[in-house]
This record gives sequence, C-alpha cells and structure tokens, in this order.
Amino acid sequence: MAFVSSGYNPATPMENRITDIGPRHFEEFYPPVIKANKGKWLYHEIIEPGVLVHVGESGDEVYTVRCGGARLMSGTLIREICDIADKHCDGYLRFTTRNNIEFMVDSKDKVEALKADLKDRKFAGGSFKFPIGGTGAGISNIVHTQGWIHCHTPATDGSGTVKATMDEMFTDFQDMRLPAKLRIAMACCLNMCGAVHCSDIAILGYHRKPPMIDHEYLDKQCEIPLAIASCPTAAIKPAKHELPDGTKVNSLAINNERCMYCGNCYTMCPSLPISDTEGDGIVLMVGGKISNRINPPKFSKVVVAFIDNEMPRWPTMTQTIRRMVEAYASDARKYERVGDWAERIGWERFFEKCEIEFTHHLIDDFRDHAYYTWRQSTQFKF
Amino acid sequence: MAKHETPLLDQLESGPWPSFVSDMKLEAEVRAKNEAGIEFQVPVDVVDDLLGVLELSYVHGRTHWKHGGIVGVFGYGGGVIGRYCDQPEMFPGVAHFHTVRVAQPAGKYYKADYLRQLMDIWQMRGSGMTNMHGSTGDIIFLGTRTEQLEEIFYELTHNLNTDLGGSGSNLRTPADCIGSSRCEFSCYDTNGLCHFLTNLYQDELHRPAFPYKFKFKFDGCPNGCVASIARSDMSFIGTWKDDIRIDQEAVQAYIGGEIAPNGGAFKGRDWGAFDIQKEIIDLCPTECMWMEGKELKIDNKECNRCMHCINAMPRALRVGKDTGLSILVGAKAPILDGQQMGSLLAPFVEVNPEDDYAAVTEVIESIWDWWMEEGKNRERLGELIRRAGFQKMLEVTGIKADARHVSEPRCNPYIFWKEDEVPGGWERDVKEYRKHHKR
Repeated sequence: MAFVSSGYNPATPMENRITDIGPRHFEEFYPPVIKANKGKWLYHEIIEPGVLVHVGESGDEVYTVRCGGARLMSGTLIREICDIADKHCDGYLRFTTRNNIEFMVDSKDKVEALKADLKDRKFAGGSFKFPIGGTGAGISNIVHTQGWIHCHTPATDGSGTVKATMDEMFTDFQDMRLPAKLRIAMACCLNMCGAVHCSDIAILGYHRKPPMIDHEYLDKQCEIPLAIASCPTAAIKPAKHELPDGTKVNSLAINNERCMYCGNCYTMCPSLPISDTEGDGIVLMVGGKISNRINPPKFSKVVVAFIDNEMPRWPTMTQTIRRMVEAYASDARKYERVGDWAERIGWERFFEKCEIEFTHHLIDDFRDHAYYTWRQSTQFKF
Repeated sequence: MAKHETPLLDQLESGPWPSFVSDMKLEAEVRAKNEAGIEFQVPVDVVDDLLGVLELSYVHGRTHWKHGGIVGVFGYGGGVIGRYCDQPEMFPGVAHFHTVRVAQPAGKYYKADYLRQLMDIWQMRGSGMTNMHGSTGDIIFLGTRTEQLEEIFYELTHNLNTDLGGSGSNLRTPADCIGSSRCEFSCYDTNGLCHFLTNLYQDELHRPAFPYKFKFKFDGCPNGCVASIARSDMSFIGTWKDDIRIDQEAVQAYIGGEIAPNGGAFKGRDWGAFDIQKEIIDLCPTECMWMEGKELKIDNKECNRCMHCINAMPRALRVGKDTGLSILVGAKAPILDGQQMGSLLAPFVEVNPEDDYAAVTEVIESIWDWWMEEGKNRERLGELIRRAGFQKMLEVTGIKADARHVSEPRCNPYIFWKEDEVPGGWERDVKEYRKHHKR
C-alpha cells in the first residue's frame, strides 16, 4: 500500500489551492427532458406503486421508477446503480429526500425493461437491491441517522432498526392501501440529527441513565465550565474528587434526579459517557406531519416510552409499529393522516385500538410545554 | 472467508428490504479481490473491520465509536468529522474512520460518470462506504484516515469541481425538494435558490463562526417534501398570492371517474367513487369552495393554500401564477429546549434570480447579524427567538407585525411597552405626584 499523492503538496498547502467552489451545478445533471420542461410541468400520475409519470405543457413525458435503498451504500452498489442508469436512462438518476433512488426515462416504452432489470437484482443474502415502491398512500423509505455504524452518541442502531422495520412494512412500501401517506423516520438519539419529531411514526433511540463520570481523565479531556453550561436542566456542578490513590482532581458532580439523559454534556465532554446496554433502547412517537395539507404541520407524540434494544431485529418495536399501522389502515378515513385520525378518535381510543398501554411516562413533565398537554375539560371518553 | 464472525448481523441479510449487511459484505469482498487493481490508501480490510465493530455493538448494545477530535482540511472548520474506534486493536482497519461530507448537487440529480468519479476517489482513499445521503442532504463518505483528507479534498476540487459540505457550528449544507425541475406544484425554482445561496455563503458553510448549527431548507410548496418547516432554522416554502387555476373540464373528469384522484395515490384500495363534495369541498379547511351547477368555484381570498384540493385533483387545479415564498424561522428537533416548528416571519418574499434574490438575502443577513451578536453557545435560532421574543426578531429584520404572524393573539395582557411607546416616557416626578396624592 504505497502512498499515492493526488498532487497536493503539504509543504506548500496554499499553492493552487481551490476552495469554496460549492457543489456542481444541478443543470449538468438534469436529464434532457427535465431541463426542457422545468417549471412547465402540467400534472403527474402514479401509474402503479413506484412508477410515476410527469407530463409537461409541451406534451413531453418523464417516467420515473422509484426504488428503495438502504441509505448506507457501498461504492460497488453505487457503480451498479450507475450501470443501470447508463443502460436505461442515458446515465441520469437522482435520489429523493427519503433515500430512494429514482431512474427516469423519457418514454413509456422504456419502463418495462427498466422495471424488469431492477426486480431481478438481489444481494447474495437474498434481499432486493432495488425494490420498486415508495409512492402515494403507502410507506416510503425510512430516513434515519447513523446509529452504531458511525456515531459516538447513539442509543440504538440506525441501519438495523430500519432494515427490521422495512422488512415488516415491505408490502406497504409496494402498495398504496393506506388512508394517506405514512412516513416513518428514525433517529438514534435525542439529538435527532434526522429530526424525526414531525413523522407519522418515529423510532427514537433513547438513553435512560445519567452519564458516568470518568474522574481520572475528566479534567484532562474536558473544559469543565463548558460541560456545566451544556446541561439544559442545570444538573451538573463542579466538584473535587479524590482518586483511589489519594490524588485530588477537579471534576464534576451530577444531580441524577435532574438529568434528562440528553447526552449534550457527553458531546461537550467525552469523560461523561452515557450509553448503557440496559439503559438504552427505543421510544416510539406518533402522529406528526410536515405538510400543511388540510391542517397545519404537527409534532409527533410519545406513545411508547421505552422498548428494549432487541438485536438484531427489534421484534417488540416492529410488532408495535405493525399494530399501529393496521389499526390506522382499518379505522382512518381517506386523506386522514395518522395524527389526524388519533385526534379525531381521541388519544384514549388510540391506545385502545393500537393495544398500547398508557403509562405515567407519557404525561409531559418538561417545562412549559407540559401544561398545554394536560386535559382541561370534561370532554373525554370512557 | 469473512474476517470476523457476524452471527447477529447475518440475520439482517434475510427479508426483502435491501440489506446493508449484504452490501457491506459485497464491498469487503470486492476490496479483498481487488480486480480493479486499486492502490488502496486505507486498509484493504476496512469494511471487514467495520462489520466486526458493528457486530460487537450488537453484542454489547452500545456504540464503539469515540469522540471526534479535531480533523479537517486546511482553512476549513467544517466538512470533515473525526471518528475513532474505541477497540483499535481488535479492528485496526477502522482505528481512524473519519467522515467526509461532500456537497450534493441541488435536487440530488446525478450523472453516472460523476458518481463513478466520486467512487474512484472514495474506494481508493476511503472505505468505499457512503450514505446517499445524510439527513442534512450531503453525500456522506464514511471512513478514511487523517492523512487522506487533504488528498481527497484536492481531488474533489481539482478534478471533480466540487467541494465539501458543512459540519459544526456553521451553515449546514442547504437542501431542497425537487422543485419546479419535476414537480407541477412548485412555486419557485428550489434548485436555483438552493444552489445560489449555497455558493453565496460558502464562507459561513466552511468556517464555523456561528453559535451553533444553522440550516436552510427549500420546499417548493406547502406540502413540504423536504420537511423544512420542522428542521431548518430558516425554512423557505413556496406559495402564491393570486387565484388557483381551474380546468373545469378536468374537474368533470374527476367527478366522472375518468381521472383517479390524487395522481393515483390511492390505487391500492377500493375507496368507492370519487365524491367531490365529501373529498374536496367538505375537507377544505377554510370552506372556500363550492359547486355551482357543473362549475367548481373557489373564493380565493379565503383560501389558505393548504394544497389539499390541488393534491387531490392535480389535473384540474394548479397553483396561481403570482408566486414567491414564505420564510419561517426557528425550527429544530427537541435538543435542548424542546422541539420547535418554524414560525412564520415573512409571509411573502419575491424570488428573483435577476437581482441575486435580494429580498431573500436581506432577511437572512439581518437574522444572522442578530443571532451572531445575541446567541449563546449552542443556542439555536429558535431558542434565541423564544428567549428574546418574536417582537425582537421583527425589530432586527424590519418586518412589520401582522396578524399572519400569530395563530391567535396573546391570552395574557402582560404587554411589555417600550419607554418611547408611552407618552411622556417612564421618568416621572414623585413630588409632582404627591401634590395630589397624600402619603
């Protein structure tokens, strides 16, 4: 493994340096039919799950075949995607915000061959490489965060929980039987890099124990005032600590009762590790949405306060999600999102129909937000 | 022959959904064989070790990645995230495993050749594993060593004419929905505006000078497919001011069942015949629609542009022609002070590429000036707005208060008046007062 230079010379880092040029211009990558009809699209139709046609004012058509992807993708798989694009789509493709891959062709004649090609491609383990679906009143791909594959603060895995859930939901990825679209999102800790807090169903990795304190190294690794300031509930204060050998060190003390396990202090100070096998697991949230359609966007609500991490397939989690999806599918009205359905029938009914136990953990007790969620009326259901 | 046994991960190879485990094994195998004769610049078995460390996390139920430390390219503070394994002896291939964020083209459109060029760099100088794409929107290269960072950056800028994305306390790589490039609902060219602002603010994107992260996201219409209203500090959502365009013939075609509602989104179940009264008129949140004989009528002045009727009958109804965008501010996930939705700041802003989107940049820069001055360390814009008050934000942006800014007026009358708003100010003469009021 000999070092190969790109041309960069560390002795003269500023020589010919190019910076701040930004991304490549999007127009380079527009398929010709997209470029020609941009801003002049008339309507679209979902021909079948995963296959769309967009029709322009000019009469031009673009057919899109949408495929799910695992988000975590190898270079080898990306090269295969490129080969498919070359073979069927003149080399053009795109990704959606939900990590689906979209192959576009400019005539209906080209669709069947493309679909057949995609359906045939499987991994050695047996799963599809490019399952077609993710449109309309069904479940699209799950957006998610890194989890154990790459992050230093996760309470669960991202790729694994998503694989387990999408296997369970696969027929609804390839079908459009639901009352409205249903979007599942996954974030592996409360930091929510994936901002899952406005999803129909959100899978959230969660810690339940206050951080440990690595007294021996804390003062060497951390800015103590920064760690103190990072705590949103003021649970951390400076403290002297005596090590077993009698050395006195500057360290911290944590008021465990006040800790909400957000992990912000760990991000500021690596000597406060928070992850824990029994403490960590999954929270499920429900009923959020982004769209302004019919009613305003809304936040997801916590409906399951904790589920153990059950590697590798998280069966309690996936079965709970399945129960919610089935109750929604059979009970909600056309165009009604999960949150709208829950509000119409009442949350007390939601728990009943989804067979989820309501516990005291689901009553908000965090700052001002809490009061506005308690019931201030006698309008409830028995 | 796999380097590490992965009995738990192996169970994630079955089932129909694309298996990331199978994909990783494929990459590990391709690297081991190296039929392309690549001069690998990081260990050949990097992906084997990545599988190994992930398996260990599945055994322990805990991550095995350490804090990042400071790595990056010369002159930038963002774009690279340091990552080290906490079991380097067991998994030397991933002892250093830094992330490189690469700026994605607007709309996430690609040409195969470009993706191959990216992979040429990444399979040689990194693990070959990616995220397409990260939650913020960038192309994510997962796993390389410190000494490769400048080499990767050099090749990206010199040979591929592209750049790194953002990370840390700076402007994060802006992201957009597909916009008018392929969506009939889009009220402006999201790709154009996203690309322009990304380039205009490269300095803010690469050199952390902000109190915390700052996200721009661009939605072409109120459907919000890129979720800007929930997760961006400044959210740009397309909208229109004039009338919804109606094709009455197409309305009849929906009623007659010749066209499936909602672009065919409900084809998976028999919901019965389309009922325009029940499905459109009765669901309109402002009750501004009705039928007059065979004509669908809309009282456009009362429409709040929720998109339902347009989504449900895309061939009959189109957004208006007088389009622009609304700016909402302060959205964020719960950390640290609880979740916040974007709050409406500018109801209608012109989107004009001819003057370099001056109406948009003016609002952005006034907000940044304020947040950089007043924001505390790790305080998102939404938290500052709550701490300082919405009025303060109106003041710094010069935007006039409007009933559109609230969902309802305040319930409590604890109104803070400014001294200059009250005749005579606050300084009073107690002696003068006492002339008429005994102690």
